[in-house]
Amino acid sequence: MVANQKISNCEQVWREISNYVDGDVDAALRSTMEAHFRTCQRCASVLAGTRNVMQLYGDERMLEVPAGFSQRLEKRLENRLMPGASGGASRWSSWAAWLVPVAALALIAGGLKLANTLTFKHPAKSILAAPGHDIPPDLVVVVSTGSKLFHVPGCAFIHDKATERTLTAKEAIQDGYVPCSRCLRQYLKTGLTGHSGAEIAGEEAEEQQELLSAAGVK
Amino acid sequence: MALKNPEQTGARERDLISDVQRGQHELFYELVRPYERRVFAAALAILRNEQDAEDAVQEAMLKALANIKQFRAEARFSTWLIQITVNEALMRRRRERTVAMEGLDGHRSGRGDEEREYAPRDFADWREIPSEALERKEVRLKLAEALGTLDRKYREVFVLRDMEHLNIQETAEALGITVASVKTRLLRARLMLRDLLAAGWEQGWFSRLPFEKGNKPW
Repeated sequence: MVANQKISNCEQVWREISNYVDGDVDAALRSTMEAHFRTCQRCASVLAGTRNVMQLYGDERMLEVPAGFSQRLEKRLENRLMPGASGGASRWSSWAAWLVPVAALALIAGGLKLANTLTFKHPAKSILAAPGHDIPPDLVVVVSTGSKLFHVPGCAFIHDKATERTLTAKEAIQDGYVPCSRCLRQYLKTGLTGHSGAEIAGEEAEEQQELLSAAGVK
Repeated sequence: MALKNPEQTGARERDLISDVQRGQHELFYELVRPYERRVFAAALAILRNEQDAEDAVQEAMLKALANIKQFRAEARFSTWLIQITVNEALMRRRRERTVAMEGLDGHRSGRGDEEREYAPRDFADWREIPSEALERKEVRLKLAEALGTLDRKYREVFVLRDMEHLNIQETAEALGITVASVKTRLLRARLMLRDLLAAGWEQGWFSRLPFEKGNKPW
């Protein structure tokens, strides 16, 4: 520390700048540095930049975890608590142990195939889950907090309009949003096989009625 | 770290800790959930690979659960979890360090450029990046990339201190280095990141951002 010493040049300021922002310099050095920042533009910019770095990286939003991280951690802890579940090898013979995931995969694959070829009574979920087809990547769309859908600006089905945020369709899809089945229906329809427009329209009307009655509107 | 109601959260946490210590292990995930993103960031800073970091976190949390009775109320629970995670990650890296290269920039491989003065660059056109920009994934990615370019000794200190908000002493203990080393490395990390972001600004990293809420000059 350069206590009680006149700061004569920028190098000395740079050396102490990190301690300065941490409040880890004595009063004399602090006031000398403050005086320097008032007159030296370069050091003032280094100080502002350092604070900017700390503010940005210190933000909660910088702490991202991979998709499914929390569930996997929770599962791992649960398995430890129930030895029967994690100690699979002792209860299952090895062929049965690998058969389970294989069977699960087969079921999932089969289920997807079916979903694509059959008409279900309520296909709405799979429509929502579809990433959408031929949506112009540069289309301006809006998203809002608390919903994983993206919409054409002005769509009546945007939740919590106060938190609206504008971005392009491409970014929205990259960020994991899926298209709204109302305002972006034209794009979803092209991606569907085995569903006629009329069916969808009928379901939409039904759904809309449900939404309205849930909201207490007759 | 801005918690909504620190006192209430603290009381709830203390209750949870003593419940888990008395054997209610099924409550453990609830206890660690608020910190899972921080422990992941710590492991990632050390291991640099998401899969390895996730494995290390899971293993570390199992160890924390197994040793929960050793946790003393004087310490911060978050710090305790982070330290266990850092230990686990460092151990894994040491195990893999038979690959020759890594030894070159190890913790104890001399002081090297750490001791040399670092002169922050002078930028003609620098502007602060507002924290609202963090809403955008591409900005978060750019920041993560910049962090990833730092030598690990700088990166680790910076992550623990400025992202995990450990204090200097805790950071030194977690990494097994001296307080003086933490300070020197932290200064260097902050200045290098400041330069990287300012250079990024010049290269137009952030210029394509939409104008949020209207009037941001950038």
